[in-house]
Amino acid sequence: MADAVDAAFADGPAFVPYLAVGDPDYESSLAYVEALERGGADVIELGLPFSEPIAEGPTIQNAVVRALEAGMTPTRFLEFVAEVDVDVPLVCMTYYNLLYQYGDEQGPRPFVEAAAEAGISGFVVPDLPAEEAGPLRAACDEFGLDLVSIVAPTTGEDRLRKLVDVSSGYLYVQARLGVTGASSSVSDQTGASLARLADVDLPKAVGFGISSGEQAATVVEAGADGVIVGSALVDIVAEGHERGDPTEAVAERLETKARELKRGALDGYGRRTPAPEGTSD
Amino acid sequence: MSSDAGAGDPTDPERVSAGDGKFGRYGGQYVPEALMPAIEELTDAYERYVLNNEDGFVDEFRRRIRDFGGRPTPLQRADRLSERYDTEVYLKREDLLHGGAHKLNNALGQVLLAKYMGKERIIAETGAGQHGTATAMAAAHLGMPCEVYMGERDINRQRPNVFRMKINGSEVTPVTTGRGTLKEAISETMRDWATNVEDTHYVIGSVVGPHPFPRMVRDFQAIIGEEAREQIRERTGALPDSVVACAGGGSNTMGAFHRFVGDESVDLMAVEAGGSSLAVDAEEGVAPNSASLSTGSEGVLHGARTKLLQDHDGQIVESHSVSSGLDYAGVGPELAHLVDEGRVTPVNVDDDAAIEGFHRLSQEEGIIPALETAHAFGYLHEHHDELGDVTVINVSGRGDKDLDTAIEETAKRDVPNAPDMSMFEGGL
Repeated sequence: MADAVDAAFADGPAFVPYLAVGDPDYESSLAYVEALERGGADVIELGLPFSEPIAEGPTIQNAVVRALEAGMTPTRFLEFVAEVDVDVPLVCMTYYNLLYQYGDEQGPRPFVEAAAEAGISGFVVPDLPAEEAGPLRAACDEFGLDLVSIVAPTTGEDRLRKLVDVSSGYLYVQARLGVTGASSSVSDQTGASLARLADVDLPKAVGFGISSGEQAATVVEAGADGVIVGSALVDIVAEGHERGDPTEAVAERLETKARELKRGALDGYGRRTPAPEGTSD
Repeated sequence: MSSDAGAGDPTDPERVSAGDGKFGRYGGQYVPEALMPAIEELTDAYERYVLNNEDGFVDEFRRRIRDFGGRPTPLQRADRLSERYDTEVYLKREDLLHGGAHKLNNALGQVLLAKYMGKERIIAETGAGQHGTATAMAAAHLGMPCEVYMGERDINRQRPNVFRMKINGSEVTPVTTGRGTLKEAISETMRDWATNVEDTHYVIGSVVGPHPFPRMVRDFQAIIGEEAREQIRERTGALPDSVVACAGGGSNTMGAFHRFVGDESVDLMAVEAGGSSLAVDAEEGVAPNSASLSTGSEGVLHGARTKLLQDHDGQIVESHSVSSGLDYAGVGPELAHLVDEGRVTPVNVDDDAAIEGFHRLSQEEGIIPALETAHAFGYLHEHHDELGDVTVINVSGRGDKDLDTAIEETAKRDVPNAPDMSMFEGGL
């Protein structure tokens, strides 16, 4: 399954959208995730809602509240993963306590085993730095899953090596300091971060603040192997929910937005000089 | 923390190390990567300045906590309670520390440390407002800008402290997510820190969070037990049979206990908020108590592995206590460890007993305690015969901030020892 993530990055820039599973309800969420694939997603990050999402800005915090209120749980999440009709690799983004509590024994192994069975290809866990990642890394190895680490603008050389050691699949390059959330400009920190990672032999997907095709293009042109977009998509879900729009209409808007972002990533790739051939590395 | 430790030389065999932040199976550093470099920088500063007194940090801290804070605080014999319970009851009067609570020990220490680190901005979370107030005072005292995050519900419960923070020149930012209490305020302060980490220090208010906070906050608060241990020996010629402190996050608890942990003959009682019931309603995601040591299970919250109030899936449940300062779903990892080791005994009293304790200390000793502190007196009342011949109770804070809540909560229930409060109907 880990090979699926590698493959998603092998052929041009990857578009990696995020949605919180169960936002605003289970059935709509199925339609929304499927719309992302139609819009060109290469990997999809599925948020498993946790009550204390300390790395998230207001947009995703609210999504988490909606999903939890609609009854999302780790068990329902796994049912969702098994049921959702998409072929691209699915990466579970959540917080460590939910992985730690699942099943009869403490520690992440039971959840990783169940997730692998349901069809998850990897994990992103924002509150798990390299120092504490050993048990999850071991479980991912056992079941053939990737563990994606977040690289921050503040991550120095020493820490970067530690992170790369425990990572597989791709690196989630945080474009700017702060929490998740759409923003109107892509940070200057992105180029500098990518330059620092040039020697790392893993695809680099940039996230935090990307909300338009043009921003996606800028990031890919700067050397990113992928773009991660969450809040800009969750905004569409939130707006549809507030207005009471039909699920199909919201799904269509998500698909359109996904297309714009994927197109932007491809445009950015075309703009690179000299024109790259094949994969980025 | 000791003021005579060797300074500056990393090869000094006497040099104290900050360690790895594990207390048995608890502790650790479960935080976003963006914060890890700041946490490494803080760990280094903690080791250099706090543990090894580089640049005379500890000397300056001791001088300021004496001159600005009013240390040492007295150890007072509670004459009427001693007579009532036929036990020698001594009160460690942290309510007399500047600001009216033990919180200044930590806030002053951390704001001073931030200055030594060259940080330019202070942020803090607060529940009851005592830590926010102490941080606002320390920031004003040391000339640092300060922003305090406080749950909206707590802002309404603790208005006098909100005024005090603002009068001291701090920004108070309401947190509206969740139930609007301490848990949400901590999450929001962590988000600010992740955004502004380069020039900002997060003054966490209790012995919680990622390493080095639990150990560092304990070290700043350990002055409580250090003084109390000396004072009780001067007074009685011996160690006490027990030390009692209320426990929410656990900073006054660890502060009072730390110097006694090695004294095996001294029982250490951590009194948690039993709220209205000890049961967790997993369906509703609510625990009508804040007794994470007594009833919680192991998990990861706000940077540390510790004992938590959580549902079967690991979602953190909403805690409850009549006192904002104890109203938290987690507890310091060192306390969780000491409870597992059998060194600290977790006990709890409910809201009713805390309200009675509040009135009793007010009427019989002339000390209006914080509602947090009142839990320790609720426990004393119910279990004085289990505390030995001499007990020390940490009076962690004074109750001026709680007068509105005390009136309201007293009116709600049948409190046998309450004065007639009818003239206050409708609040102060």
